[in-house]
Parts: sequence; C-alpha cells; structure tokens
Amino acid sequence: MAELGKIENEQIEEVGQEQEAITLVLGVIGADVHAVGNKILNYTFTKAGFNVVNLGVMVSQKEFVEAAIEADADAIIVSSMYGHGEIDCKGLREKCDEAGLSDILMYVGGNIVVGKQDFEQVEKTFLEMGFNRVYAPGSDPLVAIEHLKKDLGRVDK
Amino acid sequence: MKIYLLTDFGSTYTKVTAVDVDSAKIVAFAKSFTTIETDVNMGFDAAKREIAAQLGHSDFEMSLSASSAAGGLKMISSGLVPDLTAKASRLAAASAGAKVVKTYAYELTDAESEEITAIAPDIMLLSGGIDGGNKRVLLHNAEVIASVPASFSVIIAGNRSAAAEAAKILQAGGKNTVICANVMPQFGKLNILPAKAAIRDLFIENIITAKGLDDVQKIMDMEIIPTPLAVFEACELLGRGNSSEEGLGELMAYDLGGATTDVYSMADGNPKIPNAFINGITEPFAKRTVEGDVGMRYSLTALHDLILESGADTFYQAYGTNETEVTNWLEICEKDPSALPFGEYEKYSHVDSAFAAEAIRISAIRHAGFNEKVYTPAGEMNSQSGKDLTQVRYVIGSGGAVINAANPRAIMANAAYTPRDGNALKPLNPKILLDEQNCLAAMGLLSRFAPEAAIRIMKDSFKEVQ
Ligand code: B12
Repeated sequence: MAELGKIENEQIEEVGQEQEAITLVLGVIGADVHAVGNKILNYTFTKAGFNVVNLGVMVSQKEFVEAAIEADADAIIVSSMYGHGEIDCKGLREKCDEAGLSDILMYVGGNIVVGKQDFEQVEKTFLEMGFNRVYAPGSDPLVAIEHLKKDLGRVDK
Repeated sequence: MKIYLLTDFGSTYTKVTAVDVDSAKIVAFAKSFTTIETDVNMGFDAAKREIAAQLGHSDFEMSLSASSAAGGLKMISSGLVPDLTAKASRLAAASAGAKVVKTYAYELTDAESEEITAIAPDIMLLSGGIDGGNKRVLLHNAEVIASVPASFSVIIAGNRSAAAEAAKILQAGGKNTVICANVMPQFGKLNILPAKAAIRDLFIENIITAKGLDDVQKIMDMEIIPTPLAVFEACELLGRGNSSEEGLGELMAYDLGGATTDVYSMADGNPKIPNAFINGITEPFAKRTVEGDVGMRYSLTALHDLILESGADTFYQAYGTNETEVTNWLEICEKDPSALPFGEYEKYSHVDSAFAAEAIRISAIRHAGFNEKVYTPAGEMNSQSGKDLTQVRYVIGSGGAVINAANPRAIMANAAYTPRDGNALKPLNPKILLDEQNCLAAMGLLSRFAPEAAIRIMKDSFKEVQ
C-alpha cells in the first residue's frame, strides 16, 4: 500500500478503535459502463487507507450484496452515471436486510438521475430508498471519506 | 518392450490395463472383483495373473494405480455465499477427484451438522470469506464441525484472518486440521490449486491407509490417486496435447456411474458472442463437476425425482416408455444395484437408456454456464454465468451405461444443446467419442510418465459415433 495509505491508516487507528481498516464495496450499478469515475474512486479510497473491494462497472444488486457478505464490508459505495440510478438502486437496501447486512452503510453518487433535477428531491428519493448519503453530481470523493469515518464512529463527532 | 501396469481399483471391479509405451498400444486388459473388504491384493493378484497369461510374462516397468474403492474420496465442502466461496470450495474439491457429497453455504445449522455426521466424509473443505473479509462463517462452522462426532480431516481454505483461530477450534474438537490458502482470496478470484494440493496430501497421508490400500501402495511406483483425478488428468492432456503430440483441442467428458455422474470440461469458457459479459466468478479452464443425485443405480431414484420435476409425460414420450415400465425398472435396480438391462431384463433396455440420456442432459446443464438477457439503455446484453461451452468440439462418453447401451450415440447426444436446454451454454455441435475400452483412468495414470503414449492411445481408441 502507498505511503499516504499508511498515514491514513494510522490516523484511523488513532481514533481509538483497534479495528482493521474499513472495508468498502465499490461499483457502478446496473448496465452502466462509465468506468473512469470508478477508477478514480477506487484509487482515492485505497490511498486513504480503506480496504476496497472494487467490482468495476455493470454491477448487479446481487453482486453488491454478495461481495459485501464475503468481504464483511462496512459500506457499499454505489455510482450511477447514466441516469438510470433510481431504477437500478431500488430494492438494494431490502436485499441487504434480507442478507443480514442490516447496519451496512450505503452511499450513492454520480449522475444518479436523468438531466438536471432538483437535487433536494433526488436526495429525498434515495434516502427513502435506504441510502445513508446521497451525493450531487461532481461531489468530491474526499467529502465521502470524511462522512465514512464519521458514520462509522472513527472520528470524534 | 516397456510394459506399464495401470490399475484402477473401482468400487466393484479392479481393472488392470497393460500398456506398451514404445508402441503406444494397450497390450492386455483384465478385471476381477475388488476385494477391499478382505485384502485388496487378492482381486489385484487375480487380474495380474490373467494379464501375465495374456502377455506370456510379468515383466513390468512400472506399476501405477488409482482408486475409487471403499466409497472413493468422500468429501463435503462449505463456503459463505452459494455462488462465491461455496462454489469455489466445491470446484476445488471436485478438481481433486473427490466425490463431493454436499456443499454447504452460510452458517451451518443443527440439522446440517447431523447430516454431516451421517455422511461421515473422509475430508471436509472449510471455506468462507475472502481474505480480510467475513470471519464469522469460518469460526461458526469450525465450532459446529468440531462437535460432529464423526472422525474426519478438515482443510481450512477460507479467510486467512480467521484460519488459525478456526484451526484451534477444530483441533480442540479432535479433528485433524490443515490450513491452506483461501479458495477465493479476493472477491471473484478463484484460487483452487492450494486446496487441491492439500486434498492430495491428505489422501496420501491418511485416506489410503483408512481405505485399506496400504499394502497395495507398497508395491506401486507412485502414490495411489483418486480415480476421478486420473480421469481429469487424462482429459486435460488429451485436450491440450504436449510439445510432441497434438491434443484434440477443447473437449468434455462424461463418466456415467452407478452413484454419480462426473463431467469434465477442458475449455476456455469465456463469452463466445458479442455483447456478453461474465457475471460472477470466472471458472477454470479445467473443470470437473460431480453430481451425487444423478447416477444409474444408487442414485437412480434421485435421478427419477429430477426427471419428474421437469415433467414425467415429456420423459415417457421422448423415450417411448411409460410409468409402469419406469417404476418396475426402478424397483429392480433398487433391490439389486448390479442389475443390467440384458438377458432377462432386456425389455428394460430402452428405459435404462432413457435414464442414461437424462443423466447426461441434466449433468451437462449443471456443468455448463447459462446466459440471461439484460435490457439496457445501450441495447440488449447477455449476462453469462459459468462457462460458455458452445464451441467445444469433442465430447467423450464413458461408463458402462453409455458404452454397453444399444445406442450410445442417442444417449450422448444429450451432451449437445437441444431447445429443451433453454439458455444453457452446452456444446452446439460436438463430435461424440466413446471410451469403449474404458481406458480414461489408466491413461491419466500413464500421462504422468509417458504423456505422448497416453495421447496416442486415447486418440486411437476413442471411436467417433455417427
Ligand atoms: C466518457 C463518457 C461515456 C463513455 C464511457 C466510456 C467508459 N467506459 O468509461 C461512453 C461513450 C461509453 C458513454 C456512453 C453513454 N453515456 Co456517457 N458520458 C461520458 C462523459 C463524456 C464522461 C464521463 C467521465 O468519464 N467523466 C470523468 C469522471 C472522472 O467523472 P464521473 O464519471 O462523473 O465520476 C466522478 C463523480 O461523478 C464522482 N462520483 C461518482 N460516483 C460517485 C459515488 C459517490 C458516493 C461519490 C461521493 C462520488 C461519486 O466521483 C467520480 C470521480 O471524481 C460524460 C459527460 C461528462 N462530462 O461527465 C457522459 C455522460 C455521463 N453519459 C451520458 C449518457 C446519457 C450516456 C449514454 C446513455 C449515451 C447513449 N444514449 O448511448 C451511454 C450509456 C452507456 C452505458 N450503458 O453506460 C450522460 C448521463 C446523463 C445523465 N445522467 O443524465 C452524460 C452526463 C453526458 C450528458 N451530459 O448527457 N459515455
């Protein structure tokens, strides 16, 4: 792992939990092939010291859930770039519940709906679907990193 | 003349094949009953005497053997998610030549623990969790297995972060335990060779003795291996060839037995059509599956149940039989698993062949992958699970129920795709070869020492049926 990763790792441990690195399952959901953002997210999260299971593009809900089970993941990070996020993401939380992943964090980001819709409305829709955080187009992955640490209790609130 | 003596200790028969390596010919064959209950050498000696009589001497360069006697290498395997680590552990055990009686997923239940006691396997392959991932399943299942009263060895090939602790639990429960690398160290990545090697080592160290093969091992020039492993190696060699003898290319083989149907594919299973992508794990080039509920005698009732699920009438019509005949034949075979559809039972010949045909069809569908259409904004795509075997060129049939049938071709035709197979990726138009001399296992043994001769003998002796 890269230097930066180590530093981040130490910081995580410093927060007082002698737990291992946070495990994320990452992927672009549905039939979406936009690969560039996924590569950047994988790079960024890995550098930050997370243990990333990257599923790449065209990832089904089943794959997200099964990977999260085998990896004992702390969070599922979903990207959707091509505008069909709402259809693709529906039911993912229920599948996680069914699989016993009830406390798993779920974040979604990218261009999750078609065109420029009112983001507040979009956020509400995805929160109701069971996502813990919803990111507007162009959101910085570093923001999500801070959120992860906070949501998983690895920094002082 | 360099004569190699190749012996397959089967559950019923001990089959001995003598090969002249220089001329690449089978020069003698004999079989006698396997006498594993008393002294396995008795049956072996009888067959050897017959070989010596046929050859006029008993001058053997090497003696090699495989065994599926005393139940073969009986294994169970376990993992976490059915399509991921559980599947990986099953693939690993099957590729080592085991009869994989059952594969468990998730955390073992009390009922499953009782089932395992009843199965009394030789070895359990315990997996689950990718490295650094889920630990609970390995630790929980180790606890359950530790308290199973049967005595067997356990190979741990799961999440490496939990392996040592799981081993402690198992050892405390009195189980001989071995740790090896995870069958799926990273998500979706298969790593079955370490587990395969661990199974081989345990087989040599413990199972050979436990099966009463100690004495016969002493006179062999190589450790005894499980018969299906010999068949696996024969198929792999015949497909790939070697530097001096060309192979046949991509192929599949079926061994239709009384208890199980074994299927082998030596083929790259990647998508063969445009707009297809693989969903789930990429399966290995050399793959074996073993179907414990598809067999011609001990598993005939289970096979019958499967047939009923997909419609009894279709079955009766397709094979020109009826319920009465089928029920009668089932009863006969249940009472006497050595019953053959000849002589007094000649009239059941077509019924037996119908079962054989369905055994091939069902085990082929289970071995091959399948496609599902997905509709996307970018058009229609195919999501492929498992191996695409549509372009496989050769299918080899072996086992008495195929070879001795009135029409082996009609049985083996079910290894190829028919519209009844739905979205299964079975070979579309393969040539069908028959292992009439029943030499696959022997050639697998020979492959380790004289691969060219083994390839040539197989190419000569496997007859294409039109
Ligand atoms: C390149 C590209 C393609 C290429 C993709 C090649 C490949 N394999 O990657 C091709 C030509 C194949 C393509 C196809 C299509 N595309 Co296109 N494509 C683009 C384009 C031009 C660039 C995408 C890119 O790589 N960006 C650079 C990366 C770094 O940024 P990013 O992907 O946005 O990811 C970052 C952030 O979004 C964020 N992020 C992403 N996920 C998450 C998750 C979380 C939790 C967080 C915090 C952050 C986060 O972090 C990432 C890294 O910084 C965009 C337009 C644009 N300028 O963005 C359109 C765009 C994404 N495509 C679009 C469309 C509509 C399509 C098609 C449907 C077109 C069609 N009708 O065929 C198809 C869909 C094919 C499919 N099945 O997926 C639209 C989507 C519109 C929408 N959502 O409303 C866009 C926005 C163009 C547009 N303005 O209309 N496309």
